[in-house]
Amino acid sequence: MTATPPCITTRGLNLWYAKFQALLDVTVDIQHGIITSLIGPSGCGKTTLLRCFNRVNERYGYVTTTGEIKILGKNIYDPDVSLIELRKTVGMVFQRPNPLPISVYENVVFGLRVHNERSDLKREMLDEAVEKALTEVGLWTDLKDRLHDKATHLQLEQQQKLCIARLLPLKPEVILMDEPCSALDVEGTRAIEELMFALKGRYTIVIVTHNMAQARRASDECIFMLMGRLIEHRRTEDLFLNPQNPKTAEYIEGRYG
Amino acid sequence: MNPPTFTATPHVLRKLRRERVAALALSGMVLAMVLPLFAILAYLFVKGAPLINWAFLVTNPTDGMRAGGIWSALVGTVYLVVIALLVAAPIGVLCAVYLNEYARESWLTRLINLAVVNLAGVPSIVHALFGLGAFVLFAGLGRSILAASLTLAIMTLPVIIASTKEALNAVPVSFREACWNVGASRWQTIWRVVLPNSISGILTGVILQVSRTAGETAPIMFTGAVFFKKVADGALFPYALTDQCMALSMHLYTVTTQVNNAPEALPYAIAVVLLGAVLLVNATAIIVRSYLRSRKKW
Repeated sequence: MTATPPCITTRGLNLWYAKFQALLDVTVDIQHGIITSLIGPSGCGKTTLLRCFNRVNERYGYVTTTGEIKILGKNIYDPDVSLIELRKTVGMVFQRPNPLPISVYENVVFGLRVHNERSDLKREMLDEAVEKALTEVGLWTDLKDRLHDKATHLQLEQQQKLCIARLLPLKPEVILMDEPCSALDVEGTRAIEELMFALKGRYTIVIVTHNMAQARRASDECIFMLMGRLIEHRRTEDLFLNPQNPKTAEYIEGRYG
Repeated sequence: MNPPTFTATPHVLRKLRRERVAALALSGMVLAMVLPLFAILAYLFVKGAPLINWAFLVTNPTDGMRAGGIWSALVGTVYLVVIALLVAAPIGVLCAVYLNEYARESWLTRLINLAVVNLAGVPSIVHALFGLGAFVLFAGLGRSILAASLTLAIMTLPVIIASTKEALNAVPVSFREACWNVGASRWQTIWRVVLPNSISGILTGVILQVSRTAGETAPIMFTGAVFFKKVADGALFPYALTDQCMALSMHLYTVTTQVNNAPEALPYAIAVVLLGAVLLVNATAIIVRSYLRSRKKW
């Protein structure tokens, strides 16, 4: 354990989709300001776990959850928690880039518009937020003259970066990424990974990936899951070089996938 | 850094208040739609119920429509609807299959599609005049059940084509690709994959046309429906296709506008029977659809 308290902690987390139990007794501490990857075969519950952290799973009526999830020390299942505020702090990036069909500029300030009264938003403030967010994700030089183009006309890689930029004006603490590179080519994947490195430290990043090479390259800590259970959680190098659990060893050697 | 609380800020509370207002307004709109519907149903039923019994359904009108039942009109409506749909459903469904699965994009298909969409919006009285000219006079069918049914069929065709096309479009293209890539012909693809997966939607579209066909008065008024025609009480097949017939919608119209001193409850009772028949058919459609859907696994 490092000195700073962990960013996300779960204790005895169980989750059911109707009768099917997708998460079994998951207890995990995700450290602040680093990149943590979630790996495991399809259906092991890694995306489900990711979706618990900002409670988007609840959009589906048949989900039941027991146990505890704390983000920055606050249990997000407490009755006084506002989902609106929670999702401002915990942002999500999806598998397919999902920019809204409006301009680049409006995509970036969308969160600000949603979370503020119209009268509180000043033009200069929005302009500044757009420049800052796009600079942070490395799109500013490419797009500064095309801010009013439709976001859906950008290349996929730029779209995905824009989706990350869209979260930043809300000053999130955690960015959840659900296979953010699976729709991108090699170049795009490299660009997103470089962006993750640039963003870590300021943000806690949790990434679900099917690509073990990516988990190995791009994460500091790695969690291996199997059939809804957390099998192993260690520093990425240690997990890949010296797995403790034989199931982990078999998976990372590619005996099943 | 202070630990966050994720509790609602004043702005969030304002948002939630607006959310409640929106939910209230929207559900209010639903209520504004549903309430009149139930009010109409309740009103008709309360007014018409005293007259409705088995004898009312299976006997002919008597005393110049002032007494007796509605059998000849009820069975006439069934004739008209069944024949109209027997004609319109196969033609409409097959047309839609052609337009959706075979036809290439060209100015001709665009024109046909445009015509279909526009035909669906033509007022029924115009269809009536077309039926009078084409079937009654030109084809020499005279004013008969056949001419009236064909007119109704022409009227429902565009709607059936449109709803069938929608059902066919709902079948994912990937299913068709899977089929083509094992060497199936277009027809095999349609027969084995497209139709089985869209049949629930197609049937729903067709059956919903029953209610529209049963309710129309204008198209049959000029082409085959009459004020009064006596048939054997309770006879199942009293009409020949070349006969003229009575129909519920027309009967309702004539009883309210042409007959003096008809019992006050009579038009309501006719309306209830018409509505009841239509609801029965629609309910069947819903049951069939949910059965077919439950077998569909995608």
